Amino acid sequence: MSKVMTAAEVVGSLSDGMTIGIGGWGSRRKPLALVRAICRSALRDLTIVAYGGADVGLLCAYGKVGKVVAPFVTLDSIPLEPHFRKARQNGTVSFVEYDEGMFMFGLLAAAHRLPFMPTYAGLGSSVLEVNPSLRTIRSPYGGEEVVAVPPLTMDVALVHMDRADRRGNALYLGPDPYMDDLFAKAATRTYVSCERLVDTPDLLKEGPVQSLLISRAHVTGVVETPGGAHFSSCGPDNTRDERFQALYAKSAADPAAWAEFQERFLSGDEAAYQDAVQQWREQP
Amino acid sequence: MTASRAEICVVACAEAFRGDGEIVAAGLGGTCALAGTRLARLTFEPDLLTTNGEAYLTGDVPPLGGRSEVTEGWLPFRDHLWLVLNGRRHVMMGASQIDRYGNQNMSVIGDWARPKSQLLGSRGAPGNTRVNTTSYWVPKHSPRVFVPSVDFVSGVGWDRGAHEIRVVVTNLGVFDFATSDHRMRLRSLHPGVTVDEVVAATGFDLEIPAAAPESRQPTDEELRLIREVIDPRGLRDREVPS
Repeated sequence: MSKVMTAAEVVGSLSDGMTIGIGGWGSRRKPLALVRAICRSALRDLTIVAYGGADVGLLCAYGKVGKVVAPFVTLDSIPLEPHFRKARQNGTVSFVEYDEGMFMFGLLAAAHRLPFMPTYAGLGSSVLEVNPSLRTIRSPYGGEEVVAVPPLTMDVALVHMDRADRRGNALYLGPDPYMDDLFAKAATRTYVSCERLVDTPDLLKEGPVQSLLISRAHVTGVVETPGGAHFSSCGPDNTRDERFQALYAKSAADPAAWAEFQERFLSGDEAAYQDAVQQWREQP
Repeated sequence: MTASRAEICVVACAEAFRGDGEIVAAGLGGTCALAGTRLARLTFEPDLLTTNGEAYLTGDVPPLGGRSEVTEGWLPFRDHLWLVLNGRRHVMMGASQIDRYGNQNMSVIGDWARPKSQLLGSRGAPGNTRVNTTSYWVPKHSPRVFVPSVDFVSGVGWDRGAHEIRVVVTNLGVFDFATSDHRMRLRSLHPGVTVDEVVAATGFDLEIPAAAPESRQPTDEELRLIREVIDPRGLRDREVPS
C-alpha cells in the first residue's frame, strides 16, 4: 500500500499544540522541506523536540512554537541559531533544556515504551534545577544515584532520508544515522521525506542492509522532496550549503534583511524555494 | 625556531592528554584544542583515538580543515553518547564562563528563564563532566569568562561531582585544581605573560604558587608537525593572534 503524500498533506494532518519530533542533528539532515511547509501553514503552539538547528530557528521565526525541548540549537559551522536566540531572549518560547545524552535516553525510553531510562548525565548540573519535574532514583543494586529520564514521547516525528520506497522503508547514505530511527519509534506517527523514491527491490542498490534505518511499520507517510534537507547536509553528496547558511544567519540578525530573505526564498512553495536557491547560486 | 603564542597553546593543549593511552581525545573547544589532540597523537600519545569532527575515527592525522584518507572506526553521535558513559574519553571543551571549581557555562548569560544572551545550550557538558575526564580551552582569558559564579552550570565542577576536571588552558597560561579543596591554581605561565596579567584577567582569587613555572616550549619536531602537518593553513593564529 502506497503511503506517498505531499508535504501539504503531511502538514494538513497536524494540529495546533502537537508535540513534533524532528530528526537530524544541528545543521545535518534536517527535514527542512517539511519544516518550510509548516511555516506556510496556520499551525501554532507546537512543542518541538530536536537536536536543534535551523528547523527550530525557522519555526520560531514563523511563530509556530510554544515550547522547545532540546540539548542545543546550533547551525554547527555557525554556533548560535539567531531566531532561536531571539525567541528565548524575547521570552516568546519556553525551553526544556536537556543534556545530549539525557535526550537520547529520553528517546530510547519512548522508543522502548519504558517509563524512564537511568543515566548519570545531568547530575549536579543546572539542567536538573531548571527541569524540576526530573527525578533522580537510587539503583536497587548498588545504591548509586541516577537521573530517571522520562520518555520523550511525541505525536509526530519528521525525518529526512536519502531513499525511501512507497511503503515507508527508508535508508540513509551519509555517515551518521543521527537518532532518526529512535524518533520514528518514539512517535505515534512518523512522516519520512526523502531525496528520491525508489522501488523496494532497488532499496539496497546504493547502500548495505545496515543503512535501512527506518521500517514501514513505523511510517505513516512518505514525501519525495529532492533537496529537502537544504541547507543542512544530507547523504554523501549534499554537504551543508555553507554560503546559503551564512546568508540565512546574516539575514536573521536584521529585520529588514530577514524580510528580504523571506520574500526571496520563503514566500512560495517548496518548488519556488528550490528555484530561488538555484537562481541565487547563479546570481547572488 | 621561535614558537608563537598559539603554538605554545597547542602544545599546552596536547600536554593535557599525556598519559591517556588508548581513549578518544575529543578536542571540541576550538582550533588549538583540536590541534592539541592531534599533536599528542603524533608525538607522545600515539595510542589516542581522534575523529574527523563527524562520524569517523581517523586512522591518520589529517590537517585542520583537511580530509582524512584513512578510517579506522565509526563513531556516530549515538555512539559518542554511549562512549561518554563508557568512559574511555577525555574531552576538551570551550567555556563561556568558568568558576574556581571548574563549573562551566555554555548555555545562557543572565537569568535562564529569560536570558540576556542565549548561547548553545548545555550540549553534552553535564554528562561529559560527570563521567569523563574534562579539560577546557579558553582562547581569550578574561574576567567575563573567569567569573566568581557561573550563570548556569552546564558542565559540573569539582564541587558538584565532576569526574575529573584536569586542566584549563588559555591564551595566558595553564591552570589546574591541585589544591586541597580543588580550587583553581595557576600551573604555568606562557612565555611573556606575567602573574599580574593573569590575576587582572581572572574574576576570582586564583591559587598562585610562589614561583610559577613557564609553559614549555615546543620541540623543533613539534613545531614542524604543527606548521607543516597539523595546521599548514595557520588557523591557530586566527584563534590566538601573536
